[in-house]
Amino acid sequence: MKETLPPLTRPPITTTQLVQYAGASGDFNRIHFDEPFAREGGFPSVIAHGMLSMAFFGQLVADWAGGPQHIVRLAARFKAVTFPGDRITVAGEIAARDEAAGTVELELTATKPDGTVTLEGSATVRR
Amino acid sequence: MEDAALQSRFAPFVGRESAPLVLDVERGHIRRFAEAVGDTNPIYVDEAAARAAGHPRIPAPPTFAVALRANDPRAGIDLDWRKLLHGEQEFVFARPLYAGDRLTIVGRIAEASVKQTRSGVMDVMVLETVATDGDGARVFTARSTVLVRR
Repeated sequence: MKETLPPLTRPPITTTQLVQYAGASGDFNRIHFDEPFAREGGFPSVIAHGMLSMAFFGQLVADWAGGPQHIVRLAARFKAVTFPGDRITVAGEIAARDEAAGTVELELTATKPDGTVTLEGSATVRR
Repeated sequence: MEDAALQSRFAPFVGRESAPLVLDVERGHIRRFAEAVGDTNPIYVDEAAARAAGHPRIPAPPTFAVALRANDPRAGIDLDWRKLLHGEQEFVFARPLYAGDRLTIVGRIAEASVKQTRSGVMDVMVLETVATDGDGARVFTARSTVLVRR
């Protein structure tokens, strides 16, 4: 069995959090805070920044590795849209170890409670 | 490929680079970012906690790199933000970001392609952002793949 990271479940994403994230990240695409604009784009409501869920990957990996200084690479593919109210769980497992380089490759997923995978990711950690 | 449908709308812009932007990594900005993403690790807000964990100064959470925005190399390209999707993101770090860093940020349109999907043709663009420090050493590279529905 593969070694896994302790999963992390975040509180439901709120619209306030999306506005906070827009301000902190500088991503002011209105689709994340302007409901009529999001509807014109075909969504039922505003959608969360994919990068917010990727930040959860960052927290998962940094907590497990012993700090952000151990992260050499962090990557994500955005698979499904996340809405306010969604509760996201991030999880990871060790995919490979490179003893010579002293690095570990992780595979990461972010999921909703119904099992929908919202992000797939990977990371390289030097411990 | 001569087929216009398979020609990326962004192909003419590949190689376009933004004017370098010098940005300071500020601890208040790191705090606001950590609060927004809900990361309660004290090293991101408390200097003593950061030092106790072996950091010279307050570090930034890994994806804080996205908040160090280059001048947009897409300036002047007609983009419908309702049809734009973030497909992939990658960061490669030479070292963590620390409060007090002064970095030079350059954005570049690195690649363009088209993707045939179930919902139609998408134009794909890869944006690469490189941050260097005062010594010219690369601190991180970020690659962002964005897709725009036609």
